[in-house]
Amino acid sequence: MTKTADIMGMPVRVNLADDFAKEKDIEEVFDYFWLIDERFSTYKDGSEISKINKGLLKLNEASEEMKKVLRLCEETKEETKGYFDVEKNGKIDPSGLVKGYAIWQASLVLEKKGYKNFYVEIAGDGEVRGLNNGEVWRIGIENPFNRMEIVKVMGLSNKGIATSGNYVRGVHIYDPLSGKGVDDIASVTVIGDNVYEADRFATAIFAMGERGIVFLENKEGLEGYMVLKNKKAIYTTGFEKFVIS
Amino acid sequence: MNKYLQISFVGLAFIGLILVKAMFKGDESTPQIQAPQSLQNSTSQNSTTQNSTSSSSSSSSNPPSSVTSTFKDGSFTGSVEDAFYGNIQVQAVISGGKLTDVIFLQQPGDNRTSQYINGQASMYLKQEAIAAQSSKVDIVSGASDSSMAFQRSLASALQQAQL
Repeated sequence: MTKTADIMGMPVRVNLADDFAKEKDIEEVFDYFWLIDERFSTYKDGSEISKINKGLLKLNEASEEMKKVLRLCEETKEETKGYFDVEKNGKIDPSGLVKGYAIWQASLVLEKKGYKNFYVEIAGDGEVRGLNNGEVWRIGIENPFNRMEIVKVMGLSNKGIATSGNYVRGVHIYDPLSGKGVDDIASVTVIGDNVYEADRFATAIFAMGERGIVFLENKEGLEGYMVLKNKKAIYTTGFEKFVIS
Repeated sequence: MNKYLQISFVGLAFIGLILVKAMFKGDESTPQIQAPQSLQNSTSQNSTTQNSTSSSSSSSSNPPSSVTSTFKDGSFTGSVEDAFYGNIQVQAVISGGKLTDVIFLQQPGDNRTSQYINGQASMYLKQEAIAAQSSKVDIVSGASDSSMAFQRSLASALQQAQL
């Protein structure tokens, strides 16, 4: 059973492959994502994060979930040597981690309800569990130069996947400081033990540029596929075991 | 100097640079850019808050279609938007009433792009040329984390281009 929704302008899709799948369980996941948006959206004046940034709410008065997410942000900052930083201009914005966190939490809710075979996806980042009718879930990596194409197909089970990059095809990107074309990566896809791990590192690794793939190679439990601007890809040594085509 | 003021100066310098480039390049064809899906009905930010739920058995999302609405020709600089680990600011280029190009004036990682890139990576990690695959998939993983900031900056640029 697959259902999709548009939440905060992002496509959200849940596929429950267990035969006892109930529609209301998917609705519950969608409701949770709306709640997450209410709490963490920096674009909403009334959100908890906006209240904190305006000084209307003290950190020690924040919800347990807010405190947990901010702790995770701190942890990620340390693990990525500062490349992941939610503090800017005196304000905090944990958005870079919230999407992966929310999908991960939704997966845990489904797991508690007894689901073993499913996926939860928001805008190309997702958590896949178990199997799809006896076969591994098939995940494609989008061609960053042509959104209609897939450049890699992987078979995944009990993994999380996330991709970071600039997705507009044919776009001209300039470095505003040097005035030259940006010589950097087009996209990086990270596979982790869950989507939270994949998402937070994909965010930081995109900011690292090509060096990010070395970081991934050295990081246990994470594999990655990095597409460079010259249309070549570099991948970690453990990535190959997931490749179908 | 105020950061955003600085950005505007850089932006202006950029528009100049791009115009000069355009003059010398003449007719060289530029690929047409498609606006994000949520910009097609409206360029306002309201379009990102709709809640439509539908059942679906298909695994692919609808491809975005070109923006054909009427805009005035010219280059329009969008707002600076926070993309978590850096800012995004785009410039929309309208030609013949259509969005023909999007230029990133700022993008995440800018401040690091000039840094030394570790050449060691390519020495021991495998490389390949990317090639289109035709297999059916359940999920397509693509870059989207900067899309919200991108859409907002582009929406504000397109608002200025409205007739």
